[in-house]
Amino acid sequence: MSQASLLPKIFRDWFKIRGWAPREHQLDLLAKAREGRSVLLVAPTGAGKTLAGFLPSLVELAEKGPGRGTAKDRRGLHTLYISPLKALATDIARNLETPVQEMGLPIRIETRTGDTPSHKRARQIERPPDILLTTPEQLALLLAHAEARDFFKDLRRVVLDELHSLVTSKRGDLLSLGLARLMAIAPEATAVGLSATVREPDDLRRYLVAQRDADSLPLAGRDEGWGSESQDAVLDPGNTKVAPASNRLTRAPSLTTPTPGPSPQGGGEAPMADLVVVQGGAQPDIRMLELDERLPLAGHTASLSMPAIYDLIRAHKTTLVFVNTRLQAEYTFQELWKLNDDNLAIALHHGSLDVSQRRRVEEAMAAGKLKAVVCTATLDLGIDWGDVDLVVNVGAPKGASRIMQRIGRSNHRMDEPSEAYLVPANRFEILECRAALDAVHEAAQDTPDARTGALDVLCQHILGMACAGPFKLDDLYEEVRSAAPYAGLTWEDFEACVAFVATGGYALRAYERFAKIVKGKDDLWRVRDAKVAQQYRLNVGTIVESSMIKVRLGKSARSRPGTVLPRGRILGEIEEYFAETLTPGDTFLFAGEVLRFEGISEDEALVTRAGSGTDPMIPSYEGGKFPLSTFLAARVRAILADPFEWDRLPPQMTEWLLQQRRRSIVPGPRDLLVETFPRGNRFYMTCFPFEGRLAHQTLGMLLTRRLERAKLKPLGFVANDYGIAVYASGDIAARAGRDPGFLDDLFSEDMLGDDLEDWLAESSLMKRTFRQCAVIAGLIERRFPGEKKTGRQVTISTDLVYDVLRKHEPDHVLLRAARADAATGLLDVRRLGMMLERIRGRIIHKPLDRVSPLSVSVMLEIGRERVYSDNADEILAEAEAALLDEALA
Amino acid sequence: MTALRKNKQTTHEIDLAGQLALLDLTGAMVLPAHDALLVADLHFEKGSSFARRGMMLPPYDTRETLIALSDAVFRFDPKIVVALGDSFHDIGGPDRLGEEERATLAEVQKGREWIWVTGNHDRILPDSIGGQVVEEMALGSLTLRHEPATGEQAEIAGHLHPVGKVVMRGRATRRRCFLTDGRRCVMPALGAYAGGLNACDAAFKPLFPQGFTAHLIGTERIFAIARAMLCRD
Repeated sequence: MSQASLLPKIFRDWFKIRGWAPREHQLDLLAKAREGRSVLLVAPTGAGKTLAGFLPSLVELAEKGPGRGTAKDRRGLHTLYISPLKALATDIARNLETPVQEMGLPIRIETRTGDTPSHKRARQIERPPDILLTTPEQLALLLAHAEARDFFKDLRRVVLDELHSLVTSKRGDLLSLGLARLMAIAPEATAVGLSATVREPDDLRRYLVAQRDADSLPLAGRDEGWGSESQDAVLDPGNTKVAPASNRLTRAPSLTTPTPGPSPQGGGEAPMADLVVVQGGAQPDIRMLELDERLPLAGHTASLSMPAIYDLIRAHKTTLVFVNTRLQAEYTFQELWKLNDDNLAIALHHGSLDVSQRRRVEEAMAAGKLKAVVCTATLDLGIDWGDVDLVVNVGAPKGASRIMQRIGRSNHRMDEPSEAYLVPANRFEILECRAALDAVHEAAQDTPDARTGALDVLCQHILGMACAGPFKLDDLYEEVRSAAPYAGLTWEDFEACVAFVATGGYALRAYERFAKIVKGKDDLWRVRDAKVAQQYRLNVGTIVESSMIKVRLGKSARSRPGTVLPRGRILGEIEEYFAETLTPGDTFLFAGEVLRFEGISEDEALVTRAGSGTDPMIPSYEGGKFPLSTFLAARVRAILADPFEWDRLPPQMTEWLLQQRRRSIVPGPRDLLVETFPRGNRFYMTCFPFEGRLAHQTLGMLLTRRLERAKLKPLGFVANDYGIAVYASGDIAARAGRDPGFLDDLFSEDMLGDDLEDWLAESSLMKRTFRQCAVIAGLIERRFPGEKKTGRQVTISTDLVYDVLRKHEPDHVLLRAARADAATGLLDVRRLGMMLERIRGRIIHKPLDRVSPLSVSVMLEIGRERVYSDNADEILAEAEAALLDEALA
Repeated sequence: MTALRKNKQTTHEIDLAGQLALLDLTGAMVLPAHDALLVADLHFEKGSSFARRGMMLPPYDTRETLIALSDAVFRFDPKIVVALGDSFHDIGGPDRLGEEERATLAEVQKGREWIWVTGNHDRILPDSIGGQVVEEMALGSLTLRHEPATGEQAEIAGHLHPVGKVVMRGRATRRRCFLTDGRRCVMPALGAYAGGLNACDAAFKPLFPQGFTAHLIGTERIFAIARAMLCRD
């Protein structure tokens, strides 16, 4: 049978009128849908992924004909589409309307986001559309609804867009749990994942299907008798090509027959969705921007490259200029405008800008009115931006897959090569760009590993499921484990999460009488009252927004000079912890201008415009910094270690490396070079693990603790993506000379034991991590952006909770969740552990009498980056000394 | 928290209305002239108070607060102990006190004159918790009460939970503190879950018209910080 014959005439005609032919993968997906199989579609941008994902639903719905709309015959929701971005869902809904209208199909398409008015939400529950487009959070809310089973009982297809980006976060965990519930309510449904190219497609294939046999899965609903719905999913008689129901849930071919017993997968193989891959089109035309001038040894501003970037913008139709951080975005935008004699329409777009401002940029972009947009990761995801013909990536690429996805933003016709430039901002970034170019040419990917489902997210989900209806512990456990990230969840952890939801799950059982969910005599768990359900609804989601505060432009009061009133417009948001370190009078770059911080007023940062020509004083803030991927880091080390590779680098780089070899040494790919040298009245130690800023910060914290204990009086350290520099008043080199094992001990893996624990006790990063877990798990209530603090003592500081819990119940499930996050998140402990293992016995100490070329790069961060310290007493001693100075003056 | 060493290292001497006051790392204050130890805002059973409303905070706050309290009491071994109000987070607090905590409290009280000053959170205190209950009291020239008053009268109070925030070269820290102008002192809250009010808040202004010095409780010692060095949140 020709695949094209799967397409009804009305569709074939539609393609013909538009002068298109259905693409092979689009027909593949149609065929898979007919067979009732779940599919992962991996395709580059511009391959018609979205249409491929929806085509089977459109065809099925077209064949079914219009629902009659009477209560008795009303049609349930057919297709659910989940996108990571609200804007993407709206965008897709609009695009989908075109074929539906042009073919005159009787299909109702609606979106449901945080912006959907409540009357429309209620109506959607009452009369579901055929296709609903929404986000993971909205799905969680829908599933916690008492009507959820009824609402989803006819569901046939789930389309998960940008799956590669969703699965790498806690949102992906939440979504996986939602998917598990959907599959339990509607076992007939199949899932389609749309993804960019990833390193391990099998991870995503597992994510899409239940990790146990759904037929042997004891459904809470079935047992409890309020869910004969699943049997009601009567197939349309016309839809005869649908496979028998028992085969509907896709799994690996050997697993299509359910095996009874506790391990239905047999063979040890996990079930996976089918895979359809669309090969990338033409090789991208990508190169490094080379300058005649020498690049600086540190810094991320790429100021020297701005004229060249400006020329590129001028020579192309529409350019996307990607940068890694908001600071870089602000800076690049300013610099380009300084050069903008032609008055080109160059815009700025990053996640902290006010939504209305972002929308204006997006609309102008789609309308083709912009010449260039300077943007951060907020534009990484697949909204259609019209005719981009050049992508410029300023700064280090950080990851091979990331750079490929960004390049994919240009030229939405996949058969034409995308044109892109990588712009290194400093000499190290030349190495990184070289490594990334190699990776792109080999099409090597470095997307992250599959996640193990977070326990705090599970806690939130358990409460949601209790809100949906009574459940049996065993049944929910099996359902949760059918979600790929939770396939390995132990019964003990599951019980601990249930206990947490009920009473906090503390060893000291003090709160039994206040339990939020309770087990009845019938062994079913229920929410205590409607208030608990309401609490859940207000706290759903895994994005802890409350760490942002709004930035409002203030107006000077005419009557009282020097007084600033909060009367201006909102410019956007900054991290609360960044605002916390600002003092009135500090200037910083934001929303394309230099602003003066005036103070915090009612939970908003009040700012004024700084006079023209003012240099921003606060150099950096952390938003959107990606650590260098392990994969690229290994490649950078390999290039560095192999002088034959140096030929492929720009001359300025080769020269610099030769100098390093003359003055010190160039380390081998698995070695750790440690250099020590005196400078001023301090002693410095630098090392280059290439493991990314986060892991280096943690390393720096732990090294300074150990140096402290070794009485070498460390004074501070700085870290960047490549290495760290520690400075002390004690002579580290002399100690290492006297005691040959000193450096091995200093860098030994046991620093991840007690030293790490001690530091975690007071680490502000760890406290921030804990806070996020506490909010997600529902321990404390979420504070909404813009919501005013309602007096002291109404909320509770999670730092205080952290201190108490850590001391009295260090193994509590929330602390375990926070530690799991710390392993990969802000502290990147796991990567540090891998590095310490790698360099064991491979530390090369080079005592020098002055700084080496390699070390200069990280030394330059001193004064540029913040000095990291969690030592409160140091800060206080400094402030106290200031008082004494004043007294003595 | 760092283990407390000898008193000498953990206390910080100030002059309060002409007499010596020792500020302790726990947040307690000792008036040697009266052999009295003062603490403020213990907020016992705040955790269970939140749990009643569905926020299941770790139920160890009372225990933790008692550890600090007994540490200070046993080190200084004072004749008189005064708790300056809000000793319990709510009126039901004393009832919810666990057996173990009740026993610890009795142990700490034994052989001392124990005075509970009432606060806005604990206007009524039952006899079962031992000690005597007063609305305010005097120790020599000093008035001890929960809510600080304005005016010239030398006093020691709690209620406001002062914390001081210091930012030095991009590094910030926020710690509990004693605020004093030499006549009046507002003590930090001792309760493990007691939050803090920034010393720059307008609420402190009328109490210290001539300004104040903040004594911030660090990890190893107490630091005297000038008002001008403190930042808003």
